[in-house]
Amino acid sequence: MPNRIQEAFAKKGQNLLNVYFTAGYPKLHDTIPLIEALTEAGADLIEIGMPFSDPLADGPVIQQSSTVALANGMNLYVLFEQLRDVRAKVPDTPLLLMGYLNPIMQFGMEKFCQAAAEAGVDGLILPDLPLAEYEEEYQSIFKKYGLQPVFLITPQTAPERIKHMDTLTDAFLYLVSGPGTTGGANTQAEGVQEAYFERIAGMNLRNPRLIGFGIGDKASFQRAAGHAHGAIIGSAFIRALEDAPMPRLRLSSSFLPFSTDSPHSNIPPVILSLRRTFG
Amino acid sequence: MSTTTTSQFQPNARGYYGQFGGAFIPEMLYPNVEELREQYLQIMADPEFQAEYQQLLRDYVGRPTPLFEAKRLSARYNTRIYLKREDLCHTGAHKVNNTVGQILLAKRLGKTRIIAETGAGQHGVATATVCALMGMECIVYMGKTDTERQKPNVERMRLLGAKVVAVTSGSQTLKDATNEAIRDWISNPVDTHYIIGSVVGPHPYPDLVARLQSVISEEMRKQLLEKVGRELPDYVVACVGGGSNAAGAFYHFLDEPSVQLVAVEAAGHGIHSGHSAATSVLGTPGIIHGSRTLLMQDEHGQITEPYSISAGLDYPGIGPLHAYLGASGRARFISIEDEEALTAVAECSRLEGIIPALETAHALAALGQLGAGPDDVVVINLSGRGDKDLETYMKYADKLK
Repeated sequence: MPNRIQEAFAKKGQNLLNVYFTAGYPKLHDTIPLIEALTEAGADLIEIGMPFSDPLADGPVIQQSSTVALANGMNLYVLFEQLRDVRAKVPDTPLLLMGYLNPIMQFGMEKFCQAAAEAGVDGLILPDLPLAEYEEEYQSIFKKYGLQPVFLITPQTAPERIKHMDTLTDAFLYLVSGPGTTGGANTQAEGVQEAYFERIAGMNLRNPRLIGFGIGDKASFQRAAGHAHGAIIGSAFIRALEDAPMPRLRLSSSFLPFSTDSPHSNIPPVILSLRRTFG
Repeated sequence: MSTTTTSQFQPNARGYYGQFGGAFIPEMLYPNVEELREQYLQIMADPEFQAEYQQLLRDYVGRPTPLFEAKRLSARYNTRIYLKREDLCHTGAHKVNNTVGQILLAKRLGKTRIIAETGAGQHGVATATVCALMGMECIVYMGKTDTERQKPNVERMRLLGAKVVAVTSGSQTLKDATNEAIRDWISNPVDTHYIIGSVVGPHPYPDLVARLQSVISEEMRKQLLEKVGRELPDYVVACVGGGSNAAGAFYHFLDEPSVQLVAVEAAGHGIHSGHSAATSVLGTPGIIHGSRTLLMQDEHGQITEPYSISAGLDYPGIGPLHAYLGASGRARFISIEDEEALTAVAECSRLEGIIPALETAHALAALGQLGAGPDDVVVINLSGRGDKDLETYMKYADKLK
């Protein structure tokens, strides 16, 4: 039986938009309203960031949002409590949890996977979980709870390693656009980056591919989506939230599908900016 | 340097010491760390590497460092105390043993750019020094708080041609400097080598740094044979932040159960005061900077901010080898508060004419708690000199009695 992630890719073969936000940011209880708003605005997948004090793969924007979220009191217990009824509100949108291993280890991996599955989470992105440890210790737990792992690929990842990752998931492969942490400016020459995207596209992998890191405007979204099945927005969305915090977003009851162009005055600014920027 | 042995204190192929170690890194670092893991033992075993490394240790670092019989301290504690004089190394601390080795390794890996993190600045200075020696670009990440309390070392690094980046995230100390160095490495995966300064980080760093520092205990054994007629002391004492000087001082005694290994941590204002860096007591298993080890964290797995008067011990984790030495009972951990360390600074200065670094003073302050008898031989690794701490010593002049 296909999972929600596979269904999303089957329904829309290209230009999929995956939006990341940090749970508990800007306010502790923004998680569910943001998931609803993003879904109604047309996000195809949603990545819920679990804040960590020392997020090694993240740049300053996401790190700062994590610091705020932790200060707001976000933790895994609070997050799973918030997500308890999310599937009643957002039945179809694939939800992924993204974060680092240490908070999960303290919570307990099995208990974490069980809670994620009960909340209706579809996939997990854990950048510091090594492949070998995943296969030996956690794969059986992920499978038991129907959670899909998502693995990161970089320009330096060896082809045989990519092929191996491709066998371990039924979600998508996360192509890191180039060297750097999240939200960083891409310093690679365009040709170099495109050669990398095309090399991966030519590998005939089982899973679709989304490109992330440094996707911050319409041009970079469209360029990335042209070389894969879509792209991932993180830091740029967090910055948009800084400009239009949740109180204004929550007040608005009417959201438009992401792909619609007709102007509506009551669209919250953050979603407007999303659509203008990436639509 | 040790050859590979079957000791239980050597990491397995994946870098585990018991349950501690491993390489928990984002994919962006995987190729770098894997390249290092595949090559470090081979490169270090190469006779050409060894010849160059040994020559630099001798002619540049100033090794072997003396093993000094501290007679007045011995009289004070009624035991036989020897000081391994790592403070006499070029740049003023043991850190340079590691940076000399790693810069040679980096050259053989074809790297052109060096990054490092530093707390007290000793590792930063040691890295800047070898980069100057080899004509390599050098960027050192240092918490902003540490740049302020260790100003002379910041100036030294700059004079040596390094770029010092003051890190303003988090607690603005060693943990955050390490985060920023790792992020730099993620952003520059091809041309850059990260010279980690302690026995922390993803495998193979803990083993690599321990091997490069093992020259300390290798020399201790030879020197003890000459001076006391036996290679094995009764106690080896060293301070532990991440734990590189302790790893080096313990290395060739790990499989000698008659030698008591004593690791001394910084308890700050008191172990349970909320201002402490005593990881062996306050820490629980978790992952920090790419390795599974003991670390100070809250119930939700958020890493907490440690405190010590000494910038070099102000780290919320310890190396995985030390976590294992503690868990297996091989090493004994002692915690020393700020004031006890300051007292030890005064004592060592006045009794032996040696002004120790604040980090080292924690090891010296443990002398009263060892329980060593009059015939016991105690070796303290005098890991660094106190010049860099003069400003702190002036600030606490009333306590330095």
